[in-house]
Amino acid sequence: MNSIILRTATTALLPLLLLASVVILLRGHNEPGGGFVGGLTGAAAFLLHMLTYGPARCRRLLPLPPEAIIAAGLFVALFSGLAAPLLGEPLFAGLWTDFEPIPGVKVGTPLFFDVGVYLTVMGSVLWMILSIAQWPQAGAGAERGFVDDPQPGHGEAER
Amino acid sequence: MVLPLSVISLLALAALSPWLVRAAGRYAGWMAAAVPAGWFVWFASQIGAIAAGGVLAPDPVPWVESLGITLAFRLDGLSLLFALLVTGVGAAICIYASGYLGGHARFGRFMAALLTFMAAMLGLVIADDLILLFVFWELTSITSFLLIGFYREKEAARLAAMRALVITGAGGLALLAGLILLGLEAGTFRVSELLTMGDQITQSPRYLPILALILLGCFTKSAQLPFHFWLPGAMEAPAPVSAYLHSSTMVKAGVFLLARLTPVLGGTPEWTWTLKVVGGTTMVYGAVLAARSTKMKRILAWTTVSALGTMVMLLGLGVPGDAAAMTFLLAHALYKGTLFMVAGAVEHRTGEKDVERLGGLARRMPITAAAALLGALSLAGVPPLFGYTGKYLLKGGLEQSPWDSALLVAVTITGVGMMTAALLVAVRPFFGPRVGGEGGGGGVGGGVGGGKPASRTGEAGPGLLVGPAILATLGVLAGVAPGLFADPIVLGATDAVTGLPGDAELSSLHLFSASALVGPTGIALLGGVVLYVFRDRFRRSTAVLDRLGPLEGPALFDRGLAGVLALGRGQTRLLQHGSLTGYVRTCVVGLLVIGGSLLIGRLGTATLLPPHEAIRPVEAILVGLMASSAVAAAVFRHRLGSVAALGVVGLCAALIFLLFGAPDVAMTQFAIETLTVLILVLVFHHLPQFRVYTSRLRRAGDLVLSLAFGAFMTVMVLLAVDTGFGEPISAFFSEQSVAGGKGRNIVNVIIVDFRATDTFGELFVLALAGMGVATLLIARRQRSGAGTEPGDEVVP
Repeated sequence: MNSIILRTATTALLPLLLLASVVILLRGHNEPGGGFVGGLTGAAAFLLHMLTYGPARCRRLLPLPPEAIIAAGLFVALFSGLAAPLLGEPLFAGLWTDFEPIPGVKVGTPLFFDVGVYLTVMGSVLWMILSIAQWPQAGAGAERGFVDDPQPGHGEAER
Repeated sequence: MVLPLSVISLLALAALSPWLVRAAGRYAGWMAAAVPAGWFVWFASQIGAIAAGGVLAPDPVPWVESLGITLAFRLDGLSLLFALLVTGVGAAICIYASGYLGGHARFGRFMAALLTFMAAMLGLVIADDLILLFVFWELTSITSFLLIGFYREKEAARLAAMRALVITGAGGLALLAGLILLGLEAGTFRVSELLTMGDQITQSPRYLPILALILLGCFTKSAQLPFHFWLPGAMEAPAPVSAYLHSSTMVKAGVFLLARLTPVLGGTPEWTWTLKVVGGTTMVYGAVLAARSTKMKRILAWTTVSALGTMVMLLGLGVPGDAAAMTFLLAHALYKGTLFMVAGAVEHRTGEKDVERLGGLARRMPITAAAALLGALSLAGVPPLFGYTGKYLLKGGLEQSPWDSALLVAVTITGVGMMTAALLVAVRPFFGPRVGGEGGGGGVGGGVGGGKPASRTGEAGPGLLVGPAILATLGVLAGVAPGLFADPIVLGATDAVTGLPGDAELSSLHLFSASALVGPTGIALLGGVVLYVFRDRFRRSTAVLDRLGPLEGPALFDRGLAGVLALGRGQTRLLQHGSLTGYVRTCVVGLLVIGGSLLIGRLGTATLLPPHEAIRPVEAILVGLMASSAVAAAVFRHRLGSVAALGVVGLCAALIFLLFGAPDVAMTQFAIETLTVLILVLVFHHLPQFRVYTSRLRRAGDLVLSLAFGAFMTVMVLLAVDTGFGEPISAFFSEQSVAGGKGRNIVNVIIVDFRATDTFGELFVLALAGMGVATLLIARRQRSGAGTEPGDEVVP
């Protein structure tokens, strides 16, 4: 969208939104927030960029393709859960350290699990929406797009 | 622990074989052969101890302890016979595959599948646990699917592979049920413990279902009528596969299991008669079709069907038959392996499959011809080859069993067919005149006509010769000097089958007795020569068999498969009509019917309006706003308006979450609402025109449905509030959140700690949903032909 206001705002908002999404993720264990909503916020940040500059540039901005972000998220979540069985705990049991790099944020396997949730959610949303945005425009879509009501002679008799 | 190592080492070799092929190229097969050959030597070193009645049974490793399933292996005489075949013939096949397929682009994949099959087959024969045995059984079905369909670019190969998989897979399911029933009835899954429980099993009321299910599994695997048809079809496989799977291993798995379970299930009239009738019929049918065929591998495939029938029939005869069955089995593996490899070599060198178009190859391929001749003589049962010993004992078994003249006639007919088949595969292509145009001709030498010169004349390479030469030599040795190795192996196996030690009557003493050549054997051999001479007339006069086509297995199978697919298409058209409103309607109606019927029963007992706190004004306003927006979304005549109204509903819901102390849920709801609007904006141009598509009546119906659904949900929520849940779990969570989960946000602690495994599953669902959306859109983009990368200006 060719609007100077939007472009200027995006430049300033993108890093802020991403930062906010990370804050939401990290504070989630004690305050409202967490990986899921953090991931959604992170995805929204990138989608703002997409609205401004288009899906192709947005894809280039991403450090990894969306599908790779999903894969990374699943792996992080999985490995955070695999640590416990090594110490004789049940799978996915939370293990905590007393290390607290940021006040209020303790390091433990549930934190890594939440990071996995964050990445998976963000990747899935980005993947879906970027695919939709890069879908061929108008024409073909209008006739062959999602059927939200029967077309003539398609399953429904009454017209 | 050496025994299970044999299976593990073969599996490891299979995993490494693609790299082995990359490194060693076409000689990878020679190198890979070292492993099965090594195990062959090890198994051979056990012959003495096992034949003396010993058993090798390493300590079992527990597997599924709660069900009493163990990783137990055991080597007795029967296992040893099969283990020797699997590793010995397996080593020969590895070398042969190098010569036959060495240059193929997918040779690495082939070796991996072949070695996995070998490991599965070996595991199958040394497993001492019914479930473990079944796992290996299924593994042989799956790997043989890969091997039969190796030429995946050929439709016939794919079809043959699928037929084999469906038939043996269906039999496998029956077998699984049978084995579980058997295990439950006996109270153990250990084969070695079952072997002593024969009386208990055969007396039990579950004996018949157990027998029927297990026989179904064995008959499908061992290609008995009427499940035989996948075996000749499987000749689409490369020759090494035919030589290995369809002569000496896979199809014998059924025979193996029958033999293995003879002490458990055998001896009853049901067992005896089923095996005799099914086996006997298969035996004759296979022999007749073998004599009628003209393609070399197909002739051999039909003789395999016939031989499998023979073995099944012999196992049905009881003790005297068991010895014959084991001898016959060893003989068959030796000669059939030889002949299939010869057939592959001939096809490889000449490119011709039809024996009637080949001739005079003996001069060009003398070693191949010699191997073929030895194999064929054994196939025909000509003394002194080992095949003759098998045939001889076969008749001995018949004579010792209650006299059964019908079976004797059947065996004689089979002998005639086998002799003809032997002449067809070993004499016609190698010693027949180098003529033999279309349709062959009468007379021993075949007809006259334009001969097909061998396209690549000359002897096959060493890779194609080593295997058949070794097996053919072994066949001769076993016949001439049975004491060398054949007797101890077969005796050990027979003891294991009969459960009676040391009935050493097997001797080859009678081998050259004068009566051998007269009687049935002589008739069979002579008849075979006669039939060979008049084979054209025979083919014509039995042409009625060709017209059985529509009644034959493949046709029935294809019709059944087509029926299943048609059923699937029909119900898909009925349910997956592609109309989104239709889907919503189906879901709503379904929920109403199921949920409503549950609700009605409860309505009487529940109070619909339990005591509650006073409704705050802000709540009333929010609810009113939500309700009016929902109505507005339904009646607006502008899409944008409807979308906005839906957004209001969502935001109000988020506010309600906030009001009732669920800030997490509210936050998420806000984010979701934002993204939903974004998606709607993006797909706006793709949506069809926003106008009324449905009739007034249909809309009225939908209105009724919507109101009913709303009422249903309301009642359900009210009832849910009223229902006592016992002690709510929320108290536990609030208590444990800080203590156990080290977090004050209970929702988050539940998600990432208490219920982390659930969340992990949901993450996968989410990833799959994303993948689904993306791939659907990509597929549609490619189908609509707009393959170009959409530009950046796509977004409005």
